[in-house]
Amino acid sequence: MFGLSQKDTRFLFIVIALTLLTPFLLNPFPTDSALAQFNAGYPALMQRFAIYGLMAIGFNILFGLTGYLSFGHAAFLGIGSYAAVWMFKLLSMNVLPAIILATLLAGLFALVIGYISLRRSGIYFSILTLAFAEMSYRLAYSVFTPITNGETGLQLNLKDPRILDAAPTSASLPVPSLFGLEMNSSWTLDLGPWDFTFNVGYYFCAVVAILGFYLSLRIFRSPFGLMLRAIKSNQNRLNYTGLNSRPYTLAAFVISGMYAGLAGGLLAAMDPLAGAERMQWTASGEVVLMTIMGGVGTLMGPVLGAGFIKYAENIFSKINESILHSWFSWLPDGLEDAVVWVFARFVGEGWHLTLGLMFMIIVIALPGGLVEGGQRIARLFRRKSEDAPSATPAE
Amino acid sequence: MDALFLQILNGLEKGGAYALIAMGLTLIFGTLGVVNFAHGALFMIGAFVAVTMQRIFNFSLEIVDATQKDFLGNPLKVKVPYVIEWFGDGFGGFLIDWSVPLAILLAIPVMMLVGFVMERGLIKHFYKRPHADQILVTFGLAIVLQEIVKYFFGANPIPTPAPSDYRGTIEMAIFGLNLSYPVWRLIYFFFSAAVIAAVFAFLQFTTFGMVVRAGMADRETVGLLGIDIDRRFTLMFGIAAAVAGLAGVMYTPILSPNYHMGMDFLVLSFVVVVVGGMGSLSGAVAAGFLLGILQAFASMNEVKSLIPGIDQIIIYLVAIVILLTRPRGLLGRKGVMED
Amino acid sequence: MSKMNFSRRGVLKTGAVTGAGLALPTIFTSSASAYTNEPTGSSVKLGFNVPQTGPYAEEGLDELRAFELAVQHLNGEGDGGMLNTMSSKTLGGNGVLGKKVEFVTGDTQTKSDVARASAQSMIQKDGVVMISGGSSSGVAVAVQSLCQEAGIIFMAALTHSNDTTGKDRKANGFRYFFNAYMSGAAIAPVLSNAYGNERRAYHLTADYTWGWTQQESIAASTEALGWETVSNVLTPVGAGDFSSYIAPVINSGADVLILNHYGGDMVNSLSQAVQFGLRDKMVNGKQFEIIVPLYSELMAAGAGSNIQGVYGTMNWNWQLQDPGTQAFVKSFGEKYGRPPSGAAHTAYVQTLLYADAATRAGTFEPCQIAAALEGFEFDGMGIGPTTYRAEDHQCFKDVLVMKGKDSPANEYDTLEIVEVTPRAQVEYAADHPMFGGAEASLGECNNG
Repeated sequence: MFGLSQKDTRFLFIVIALTLLTPFLLNPFPTDSALAQFNAGYPALMQRFAIYGLMAIGFNILFGLTGYLSFGHAAFLGIGSYAAVWMFKLLSMNVLPAIILATLLAGLFALVIGYISLRRSGIYFSILTLAFAEMSYRLAYSVFTPITNGETGLQLNLKDPRILDAAPTSASLPVPSLFGLEMNSSWTLDLGPWDFTFNVGYYFCAVVAILGFYLSLRIFRSPFGLMLRAIKSNQNRLNYTGLNSRPYTLAAFVISGMYAGLAGGLLAAMDPLAGAERMQWTASGEVVLMTIMGGVGTLMGPVLGAGFIKYAENIFSKINESILHSWFSWLPDGLEDAVVWVFARFVGEGWHLTLGLMFMIIVIALPGGLVEGGQRIARLFRRKSEDAPSATPAE
Repeated sequence: MDALFLQILNGLEKGGAYALIAMGLTLIFGTLGVVNFAHGALFMIGAFVAVTMQRIFNFSLEIVDATQKDFLGNPLKVKVPYVIEWFGDGFGGFLIDWSVPLAILLAIPVMMLVGFVMERGLIKHFYKRPHADQILVTFGLAIVLQEIVKYFFGANPIPTPAPSDYRGTIEMAIFGLNLSYPVWRLIYFFFSAAVIAAVFAFLQFTTFGMVVRAGMADRETVGLLGIDIDRRFTLMFGIAAAVAGLAGVMYTPILSPNYHMGMDFLVLSFVVVVVGGMGSLSGAVAAGFLLGILQAFASMNEVKSLIPGIDQIIIYLVAIVILLTRPRGLLGRKGVMED
Repeated sequence: MSKMNFSRRGVLKTGAVTGAGLALPTIFTSSASAYTNEPTGSSVKLGFNVPQTGPYAEEGLDELRAFELAVQHLNGEGDGGMLNTMSSKTLGGNGVLGKKVEFVTGDTQTKSDVARASAQSMIQKDGVVMISGGSSSGVAVAVQSLCQEAGIIFMAALTHSNDTTGKDRKANGFRYFFNAYMSGAAIAPVLSNAYGNERRAYHLTADYTWGWTQQESIAASTEALGWETVSNVLTPVGAGDFSSYIAPVINSGADVLILNHYGGDMVNSLSQAVQFGLRDKMVNGKQFEIIVPLYSELMAAGAGSNIQGVYGTMNWNWQLQDPGTQAFVKSFGEKYGRPPSGAAHTAYVQTLLYADAATRAGTFEPCQIAAALEGFEFDGMGIGPTTYRAEDHQCFKDVLVMKGKDSPANEYDTLEIVEVTPRAQVEYAADHPMFGGAEASLGECNNG
């Protein structure tokens, strides 16, 4: 189905199901319980999971398939965001023109930057992309402030022209919408002690992300994808066959840049503010880390990596000492303080430590990233069921 | 004219720092083939060795003085550093005043040790792994090291002044121009030149250095000759760490150390190494000084008013131009880190 | 149980969904509450969004200490601090409106994007009714507009740019901290006394919005004294080594260097300017001087002996002798063993002011609280009588002019108060051109 093998179709359906059920999956703990701290099923974070997942999927088309490690993909994210916010300011609050322009503009920049950077390979390529991104960030932060609004970030304003939209009736800023369906509208499902939030913006991102995933699946399985893999395994040999690999790598670069631009556009559509920090080298590095951590060249890995890092950033950083005290209040006083002290080093202001340790542990223990971890667990179960012949065979 | 000269001096001093950091990085690239994202953290740890030295000398005896009050109105605890208690104002005061230069003595063994532990404990398991894995693990390590330093020293910059005799400026007459320039910055330039020269001499004139150079060129063949190249590479890692650490120690009077200074220098040092050419020591040094001086010039008002913001992007702009005109940087060799 | 509802305009009607006959054992609820995150249980949640990683982590940490202390005092723990000294006596240490005060914290990393993500999680997940914090103007402006859209109150902590209550002012946002204009207006007369009226000033300015507004403000007020602005050079944020910007100062003919830097940049640029021997120079027959218009205790600590004799301004300092300050320094000092920084003071005061406004309004509804804060006059919170101006939500009060102490007695004794500039001298019209002019408006208050 959809031009996919049966196995891939099943895979795609699983991904779709998981994406649609995310509001349930990420809110496993009742709202009033102590563990609700670990719930991630609120709109802003779910949106980020989908958006950064999309970005990592796109990045993986370049890095995972061709092996070209770009350290400047955040620039395309930023360009996409700025393009989208400018569309909201000038044209209309409808998200479609915004994300389309974001994708196209990022693609255009990717074409130029890629054309220049791909003249070199290996670390020379990485540094070229890094240099372009860092220049974009620094200029956006200072000199280009009339276009980017510098440190504060580009925001909407009531006085913006928005030529396609009706004049504003209320004094509050308009909200990005899809033909009137506002991105920030949500409704809540109360199920006993649980609350599940369904947000229009999240589902919009989810649909785009699934489309992006489907496209990447098709690319992975296509002759084009095969060619990209050939570049990774031995570019020299490929060149000796008389084949010019540059157009292929450039195409992969532009595609992944467009993914990043689309992600940037979506970020702006969910929260119409575009900050320059989105383009900093640390942001580029974050995408690289997401991909490596999840598993380079695997389909789902980058998405898992993205989810993991965003989860740490948003959930671990919010656990402070008073929350820890409330968790461990059942311990005797002295012990409680000691346990809280230890945990406090890894959460709240210390959440970076957890992140750093996780990077190290994952790369040491799971050379193929999180996906390999999943495969190992799956293998473990499979072996168990083989060991126990009395178990009912899988249906 | 003297403004130009001052900028050249600024560039030399900046370039000295870039070159020292980049040299260690390129040594590790060249000998071990490892992309070390924790190299900036080594620079930062070096700076904090100086802070630690200062703390050690300022370790104080507390005497409650009822005549003075602290901010809550309680009797003030007057602190007297032990070194002053033991050695008197003269020698004790000298130790405190000179804690930054004296920290060099502490930094060499400490940084070598840090380097050994890092290489034996972590990096050596990653020689055969893809560069992506090396990046992830060393980046993780950099974050962990930085958080540990933050826990002990806080996030605020810590003042670490140079010895009081070297805090001021020196008057110089060069080509008939009267310049005054901070003494410590000149010291830093000469110090970095000396360290660079020492590393070159070590690699050029010792058997050990010869083996390492051979290993950089062709690791397998050297291994086949029955030479234990791994042990030498461990030492090389230690030396690279020590060079970065020394750069950090001596830099503290110029830049008050804080826990994330390593990350600030990390990207820059990668750019320097790559512009110089992968695996080329002299390339890294040349690129360090070149970028330092160019950055100093770009920061001048006359240049900034022509091209606004040029001082912020000059390094990256130069990197792009050089990499496009010289495929392997200034002095890079073919085939190193190109795939 | 928290009802999540971010735009009541956009909520799909319950009836339509259930009416469609979904055979699910569920109840879809749209919100029945009157405003965003109306607290329904026995507690109310506040959100403290501060940098916990990155260059301003230390300031964020000190703000967090103060927030925690404020919450304790509101809930009746500890010695009550400023609850006993503030002029409005509505808070009795039994929570706010009978509800226990709880708080959540987040990490802004001093980045607008991240700060907004963190604020969104506080609003959407934790159900806070107020967010406070910040240590950068860009972040404050970004979070302020988010709170405006979401319909909760933003009590800005550390933000000094004119824009926060100038061109980017918002009906749901309030600032207690002073701003760049006030710094300029307060420091100028002191400078004129100390250094005379014929000075040539060279500005080094951090190249982002806060730096620019501060440079504009300081240049305007020093030029009004008769000073000449020789040059204004923009420096990249986080430059580290400022030598190439400082070297040209020496022969520029300027006899004053004004450093419009903050945080690590200020520590480095000041230390390096001193290294270049600027303060030992005689130019135009006058002693060369350095000025740092915005001071903080943490920066002073970072710059060490280099700040001795350098003038700057502060919103508040723990050495003040009024009862409010003393009460706060005592509770803070006893709990944490150190005097509070100016950032901590602002964080603490803003929390108390919010609680007091809620009590006076009798509700947590943002618009009623905003109305209670607008034009509110109070005293006993450090620094004398203060007014929250209704037109732009900026607090007006005296401003401190500080000087680096020549022989500090201990590690906290780095600055001394030179003058308390009276409030009348730092006031300006709400439509002042530096604050967005006549165009700037708060917009309408938003309840969500």
